[in-house]
Amino acid sequence: MQVIEPHMHMVSRTTDDYLALALGGIHTVAEPAFWPGFDRSAAASFHDYFNQLTVIEPARAARFKVRHYCWIGMNAKEAENLELAREVLAMLPKYLDRPTALGIGEVGLNKNSRNEITIFEEQVELAARRRELLLIHTPHLEDKLKGTRIIMDILKNEPRITPERVLIDHAEEHTIGEIKENGFWYGLTLYPDSKGSPARAVDALEIFGPERICINSSADWSVSDPIATLRSANEMRRRGYPEALIGRVFYENPKEFLSQCPKFSAA
Amino acid sequence: MTRPSCKLTAQEILDTYFLENRARLLEIASFLDRVDRAADAAAGQGDYRYRAFRKALGLLLEPGAARTKAIQVNFSDPSSEPIASAVGLKATGAWAGGGDAGN
Repeated sequence: MQVIEPHMHMVSRTTDDYLALALGGIHTVAEPAFWPGFDRSAAASFHDYFNQLTVIEPARAARFKVRHYCWIGMNAKEAENLELAREVLAMLPKYLDRPTALGIGEVGLNKNSRNEITIFEEQVELAARRRELLLIHTPHLEDKLKGTRIIMDILKNEPRITPERVLIDHAEEHTIGEIKENGFWYGLTLYPDSKGSPARAVDALEIFGPERICINSSADWSVSDPIATLRSANEMRRRGYPEALIGRVFYENPKEFLSQCPKFSAA
Repeated sequence: MTRPSCKLTAQEILDTYFLENRARLLEIASFLDRVDRAADAAAGQGDYRYRAFRKALGLLLEPGAARTKAIQVNFSDPSSEPIASAVGLKATGAWAGGGDAGN
């Protein structure tokens, strides 16, 4: 089977993981810009990071015939520092112009603070002005429901943003319904301790249907699994779903969303 | 009655998933026992996470097929106003203002 991994942080993964992806049929990955597990001390660190996302990782992936795309943005966790965040925002257009950058992401909220909201709104404005796709990070755990609602209110207040060009990620059982009702795409993240499991992802698929869903591993520097999408595909198989539906969820859906950026071409 | 949305029969679900969920239930029991065995058990039982957890266990016994969402909401911050600053804060899994010890 063919799988597109729409959200994985390959800068934090070993080269062996690229081989595992290729062997499993994951030949296309999209990597959002995110928080590296520590707060960076200067804007120069973001230049290096965005260069890694747009130059180094595509080359590393190509050794295994994996196509690597990325999202460029200022993550919510480091947005609390407004001065640093605005320095980073000023450099975004340069990297968004690169040939494998698909849009602005992952941006959104972390603890739902005023500074996080300010920097998110400024990136929504940038996305609207440049007609960029948006990949949204929703807060973790107890902050997710509140943050998802604030994010959707901000997006709905920007008339130049259309919901079919926005994917709201890390959705869970208590946020999926509202995201779908508002017309956005949504991502389910398979993250062992703090997000979803393959079984819960397939439960959500059964409850909410296969429309506008993208399932991802979000594998990064913490406890995570780069082939979690394959495990979920297998969970669908275990429940008797046909290969055509499995292919729709793990290949056709991410392809449809990401192909709204003309730079994207699935392997 | 809940609209059927699972492809498997209830018998197939039990055959496939009972053992792994029995194991998870024992992990939860063991976790709660561990808190009770601690020297400062009373402090742990008063913690907002412990109280939210106990409330969630009550939700497991509710009828219908909406337990997962109810438990997610149980752990969530129900407010709508942004906080002043996120400096030094991180998610803990339960809203510090919730977790009624009522059950």
